[in-house]
Amino acid sequence: MSGVRVLVGTRKGAFVLTADGAREQWRVDGPHFGGWEIYHVAGSPADPNRLYASQSSSWFGQVIQRSDDGGASWQQVDHEFAYEGGAGEHLWYDGTPKPWEFTRIWHLEPSLSDPDVVYAGAQDAALYRSDDGGKSWLELTGLRNHPSGPQWQPGAGGLCLHTIVLDPSNAARMFVAISAAGAFRSDDAGESWLPINRGLRSDGIPDPDAEVGHCVHRIALHPSRPDVLFMQKHWDVMRTDDAGDSWREISGDLPSDFGFPIAVHPHEPETVYVVPIHSDSEHYPPEGKLRVYRSRTGGDEWEPLTVGLPQSHCYVNVLRDAMAVDTLDDAGVYFGTTGGQVYASRDAGDTWTPIVRDLPPVLSVEVQTLR
Amino acid sequence: MSTCVRVKLPTHLRRLAKVDGEVELTVAEPATQRAVLDALEQRFPMLRGTIRDTTTGKRRAFIRFFACETDLSNTAPDDPLPDLVVAGREPFLVVGAMAGG
Repeated sequence: MSGVRVLVGTRKGAFVLTADGAREQWRVDGPHFGGWEIYHVAGSPADPNRLYASQSSSWFGQVIQRSDDGGASWQQVDHEFAYEGGAGEHLWYDGTPKPWEFTRIWHLEPSLSDPDVVYAGAQDAALYRSDDGGKSWLELTGLRNHPSGPQWQPGAGGLCLHTIVLDPSNAARMFVAISAAGAFRSDDAGESWLPINRGLRSDGIPDPDAEVGHCVHRIALHPSRPDVLFMQKHWDVMRTDDAGDSWREISGDLPSDFGFPIAVHPHEPETVYVVPIHSDSEHYPPEGKLRVYRSRTGGDEWEPLTVGLPQSHCYVNVLRDAMAVDTLDDAGVYFGTTGGQVYASRDAGDTWTPIVRDLPPVLSVEVQTLR
Repeated sequence: MSTCVRVKLPTHLRRLAKVDGEVELTVAEPATQRAVLDALEQRFPMLRGTIRDTTTGKRRAFIRFFACETDLSNTAPDDPLPDLVVAGREPFLVVGAMAGG
């Protein structure tokens, strides 16, 4: 019996939405950790009962929770994220040096093969790894110690490492994205890092095609073709066919190429989803119409997906970690909004239905396919 | 010599610590803010970092310490606590600052 479990992080708690493979009837559990900001909840691909959650608060700081039973119960694990070797400095908004200062974990990425191994992306930008199920965390210092590190500058949301992508065909290769430093690749399991921003062009920085300084919002790949990455940048939707060595723009006929999430169809590596947003100061959809755009050509040509989505007076946003796909035969696509809706499509985006409508603002959506 | 200090935690920290109501801590005299927090974190390790920074020991910005209708947030951590707190007749309050969100 197949099913799906949708893990939703919100501004005021976590929710677990479950359904069988038909994805018609949903059970909603939560809020877990009510009142706390849940930036991300992620499940282990190696053990679907193992979940990790980033729980944080302006009052009480960072907590990490772990579940070994698919979210029925949780236990707190270690939440000390130290900057190894001292904090050092990056650039602040005004261009002056500022010591690295931990605020929160934005993203948790469990290993593809070992449920006890999990990566964590922090604000201020740093990458951590736990090999013991979250009982302890060690910084992978090669990233923050890249020579460009002192030049990294925060985006509006802070200097955050928000995206971690693991290459399923090469355990030594991983990608991260940092706002607003850009994308980086490691080919030695996180020991050393290479900026991979060639081809990106950002008019908001002094040198538009600089090696670092780009506000990358999200990166996604299809497991069968890990050298092909799709990127939603602050402005521009981008694609690389060589693991980030060079990028080209694929925004094509989108109504706006600003946005946050990007996702790839689970069975069609050339099918990509984005949610265009009007602009970086107006964080809502163009024309008040919530439209997911799908390209079946790997970019450039996009079609609006609107059935079941509000097509008037809609002014929500969809944040970078708030879109995911399941791997059932009829591919499911899911996203959550800052208005508290979680929408699901059982037909690869052709039609949409809200699973829930009135959650707190949604920060993240992940999907586990249960078989 | 030691004394028993009553500590009242905010709701979210009570949930993390899995306790209801006040916490009673045995604290060596002289009972100070630092001694109380050390004892609290020793008994409830899950609270480390939620009240004060684990590295610097500084109180988190949105945490306040009250007792006997007095704000002790900015008193020195090694100052003695009020006699009524040391005597267990008044609780030491850990408070989440009033702020939106």
